[in-house]
This record gives sequence, structure tokens and C-alpha cells, in this order.
Amino acid sequence: MMKRLIIILALAAIALGFFPLAMRISGDSGLTALATHYVEAGADELGAANLVTSVVVSYRGLDTLGEVMVLFTATTGVTALLGAGKSKSHKKEKESERDGDGRREGSELLATGAAFLFPILVLFGIYIFLNGHLTPGGGFQGGVVLASAFLLLLFSDCRLELNHALLKGAEAISGAAYVAVGLLGLWLAGGFLDPRFLPAGEFGQLFSAGAIPIIYILIGIKVGSELTGIVDAMRRCS
Amino acid sequence: MSQLMLVLFGLLMLVGAVAALYLKDTVSAILAAGSVSLVASLVYLLLGAPDVAMTEAAIGSALTTVVFLFSWARIQHRPQPSKNPQSEESDSNPDDQEDHQL
Repeated sequence: MMKRLIIILALAAIALGFFPLAMRISGDSGLTALATHYVEAGADELGAANLVTSVVVSYRGLDTLGEVMVLFTATTGVTALLGAGKSKSHKKEKESERDGDGRREGSELLATGAAFLFPILVLFGIYIFLNGHLTPGGGFQGGVVLASAFLLLLFSDCRLELNHALLKGAEAISGAAYVAVGLLGLWLAGGFLDPRFLPAGEFGQLFSAGAIPIIYILIGIKVGSELTGIVDAMRRCS
Repeated sequence: MSQLMLVLFGLLMLVGAVAALYLKDTVSAILAAGSVSLVASLVYLLLGAPDVAMTEAAIGSALTTVVFLFSWARIQHRPQPSKNPQSEESDSNPDDQEDHQL
């Protein structure tokens, strides 16, 4: 009883502490000076039809590089902890497979659905990160859709072995290329991760907005391969 | 109208979150937690942030839920290296059948 009272009091204190913050939120107080600059000059400066993308990839490009780094660290941790005993346990699973214990196969419905949906999902993921500078979405979202396509494949066939060398290679090369593109911006344009070393092109076209599509393609491949790696390391046949 | 829907979605998120806390069955709790993210992505869409909505729907409600379910399956089926007879016993546990339904 006493413990519960203390918890309630603590919650009330936190609520009281943040009360002024909640009161100060006002919906339409106008843009700040920095946001106004982004909105007014963003399209002219970078040529990306999706303003969110020009903020994420260019104006705040360093943050995105940091996020990619966080994801990379998480993937490394997961595969280091769970992937190490993978080959051994796989052998064991394969042996027990021969014994014929109650292993559940993916159902017919799931297998057919996955085979049907996999190419569409891969295509949709590629579309999302290829059109990141034109429509909502981008490297992260497209990468996650790619990973979910592989996840569906793994669901439908439990014994499926992904090509780990390919996954690792795609992840490493795209990560290094992302930094290389950033450095190109530093040498040829205004600064690190500045996408303007390529021509801006025609506004609203696929080949426009400088190096932004290239950066988003690289991020998409990196995120997709990393998340596929995480899911692959975590799954177990049951 | 949009305000009303926002309030409705907010209440749905609250219901999902509380359900995730209080549900006894872990799989149901994981699914409830995933539904919070799903409704949150709708809220982002209503508030005019489709980029964030896509991320929230894909990562928050799909991938995180799957990772949780995988970890739960791993916890249920933890291999017991030293005692072989016991692991055979645990295979016929009623707990395991629930996991097979995953």
C-alpha cells in the first residue's frame, strides 16, 4: 500500500513538473527562423521535391549518418550475441530434423503468399528509396520494406539459408560508399554530405536533387541488409 | 472531424498500452504493444507526417513485434546443454505448444 502511494506521488510529481511544458504547446505558432529558411530556400538550394528528404539527407545529414551508425552498432551486437552459436545449433537442428520431431512447416497459404508478395515487396522497397526525394519515404523506410520482404521469405521456409557473405558485403560497401559520397561533398561542394556536387537536374524528376538519390539508395541497401541480418540472427525454427 | 479521430486514436493507443502491461499471455501483450505503434502511425499520418508514419508502421509495428516474438520463442525453447533427458521432457510441455502456434 505504502509502495503504491509512493509510486502515485512520484507520478504526480513528474506530471506536475512537465505541466508547464504541456501548457506551452500551441499548434500554429508559425515556423521558426531556421524552418522558414528550409521551407523558402530548400527547394531552390537542393532541388528535392520532398522537403523532408532535403532536411534529413542534407541539412541534417550528419544526424542521419549517426542513425545509420546506431543501427550498425545494434546489428553488430545482435549478430555477435546470437549469430555466434548459429552454425552449431543449425547443425544440431538439422540432425534433429532427420529424427523427425514435431517441426512445423510453413503452411501452403503462407508459402504461396510469400512467393507472390516477395518480388512486389522488394520492388516497393526499391521504389520507396529511389523516390525518396520526390515522395514521402526514403532510405530507412525502403530498407525496412526490403527487410520485411526477406522476413516473409524466412517465415514461409524455415530452412532457408540467406547468403551471409552477400548481406555483409552489401552492408559494408553501402556504408563505406555513404561516407565516401559525404567526403565527395566536402571536396567538391559546400561541406560534408553536401549533395550539390552533382547537377540539380530538373525539379521533380527522378534524376534530380544532386546526390540525394544516391545517398538514399545507399542508406536503403544498408538498412535493408542490416535489418535482414538482425531478423535472420534472431529467428529459430520451431 | 480530424480532431475527433485524433482523440479516438489517442484513446486506442492508451488502451493498447495498458493491455500490453496487464495481459497475462506474453504473445498477446506483444501484439498489443505492436498495435500501439500501428495506431501511432495513423496519428502521424493524420498530423501530416507521412514519412514518420511509414517508419513507425514498418519498424514500430512490424519489425519490433517480430523481433519480440522471435525473442519470446527463443526464451521458451532455451536449449539445455547439460541435461538431455530434461530437454526431452520440456519438449512435451504444454507451454511449448503455445509457442508452436507462432
